Amino acid sequence: MNKHYDIPLLLEGIPHATMILDDSFCVVHMNRLMEAITGYTREDVTGIHGELVVRSNAGNSKGQLYSKVLKTGKAESVAGDLINRSRRKIPIQYTVSALDGIDGSRCGLLVVAEDTSATDAENQQGILSSETTELIGYSPKMQEVFNLVPLMAHTDASVMITGETGTGKDKIAEIIHKSSSRARYPFIKVNCGALPSGLLESELFGHVKGAFTGATRNKPGMFELANKGTLFLTEIGDMPLPLQVKLLSVLDDNAFLPVGGEQKLEVDVRVIAATHRPLREQIRKQEFREDLFYRLHVLYLHLPPLRERGEDVRYLVDYFFKKFTSSLGKSIVGFTPEAMETLLQYNYPGNIRELKNIVEFSVNMCKDKHIDKDVLPSYIFEPQKIAEEPPGGDQRKQEKTETIPRYSEETRTDDKDSWEEIERSMIIDKLKEFGGNRTKSAAALGWGRMKLWRKMKHYKLS
Amino acid sequence: MEKLLIPVQGDFVAQRFDLATEIIIAEFDKNIGKLTSEPKTIIMERASDDELCQMIVDLNITDVICGGIEELHYNFLTWKKVTVYDSIIANWQTAMEKAVDGTLQSGEIIPLAKGGQLDT
Repeated sequence: MNKHYDIPLLLEGIPHATMILDDSFCVVHMNRLMEAITGYTREDVTGIHGELVVRSNAGNSKGQLYSKVLKTGKAESVAGDLINRSRRKIPIQYTVSALDGIDGSRCGLLVVAEDTSATDAENQQGILSSETTELIGYSPKMQEVFNLVPLMAHTDASVMITGETGTGKDKIAEIIHKSSSRARYPFIKVNCGALPSGLLESELFGHVKGAFTGATRNKPGMFELANKGTLFLTEIGDMPLPLQVKLLSVLDDNAFLPVGGEQKLEVDVRVIAATHRPLREQIRKQEFREDLFYRLHVLYLHLPPLRERGEDVRYLVDYFFKKFTSSLGKSIVGFTPEAMETLLQYNYPGNIRELKNIVEFSVNMCKDKHIDKDVLPSYIFEPQKIAEEPPGGDQRKQEKTETIPRYSEETRTDDKDSWEEIERSMIIDKLKEFGGNRTKSAAALGWGRMKLWRKMKHYKLS
Repeated sequence: MEKLLIPVQGDFVAQRFDLATEIIIAEFDKNIGKLTSEPKTIIMERASDDELCQMIVDLNITDVICGGIEELHYNFLTWKKVTVYDSIIANWQTAMEKAVDGTLQSGEIIPLAKGGQLDT
């Protein structure tokens, strides 16, 4: 086959993670999408049994699927998932087909692992579907956003998304990617604020073996893995200045040098960036490069905070209410008028994320048919006392728009703390009550041990 | 004294932590880099990552060698002070020897695994 076709080039033309195995099921070739989904480079795993690389749960743990296809010559397709090297579980459609050589003898297998996370998320019911790409918004400001998304999807220009925390920047970025011609290729998200400079550089651009202590093998960077797809750089305002220079050069040249590397790699990646920071102010303080700002700011999208989205709050409350009652198997009918009024009046400094948490909290805590005001987290009543006078029809909305936009960063932080503080103190109370017994504390909170452990870790209680 | 656990499949480290039903447990002394007892095999009733985590805690396992493992379980085990060598592609005996003499690293692909069969 090799004599007639350029196999690696052929594989790169397939829009899914694909590899070719020989007749003993060992890896011969794999495309970049397969490298991206498994986390292994071709050179690392050439000659290794395909299932040790893909690690699916598609009933192929002993290579049964491979044997069947090789024997019968009939393609098989099974839905399942894989766990990659980054410890992520990814839903896949696993398709195995037989390959025949020129002489007609069976010479190997073509294995395709189609990432079905997007379609699975759409079909999934329950709590997890809140992580999908759906967006709800009927307010004029959101309609403006929705009108812009298709336009942004039809171009390859860089996009800058701004908006407060919890407004859905990640989801919009994913929607733009899924609606674009790059949808079949990877959408990779990198949080620029989560890693120190050195690690972020290696994460973005990859490194070659021996580039630094501990670099025991070549590691492809996110730019390489996102080839032909979209790289979403969230919290771009937190990116260290030296890296901003390197990012600018990649955006200009579509090529970069991996850390410690000598050969430039060419990539075709669309960049979407997002931040909640005021970038122009950062430019004035010389914390963000002006040239990079203009390079990324070709298209611009601002997501309005929830407090400016009027009746969207009601739709979102209804949406999350239905979602959590059905996933938690609760038979709650709805909110009492007082509780709903409180939710409509609250100004949500944490935006949709906070609203979702409040609804989840209320649905979990409610023991009656209706969620009453006293079930809502107590902290949401505190800032209202300062921000608003007693409501009176439209006047309420007027007051909201007048007072709330002046919300300071400090107030927001306090509110976030108080939300988390409630959960934290609930955990501490239960642990005290049960003398530190985690199994009993978790049961009393209605959680599994693993969830309690996660929460304790989050609140640094371990 | 250290206690090592390896989910296995045939001769190999099982490709997934959550799908393994066969477990090897061995005791070793890291100071001398040698096993102190014969490895024992445990067959689980069913594959379950949560139950396997529980078993690791209950048996006071200090080191785990595995293939693919979800972040959640990896974090749980490391929080429990268990050393986890994950993403290992290798014959389990070779991986065990390397862990015992302190040379195994996460993500390691041991060349012996190349060309190996899973149905042994």
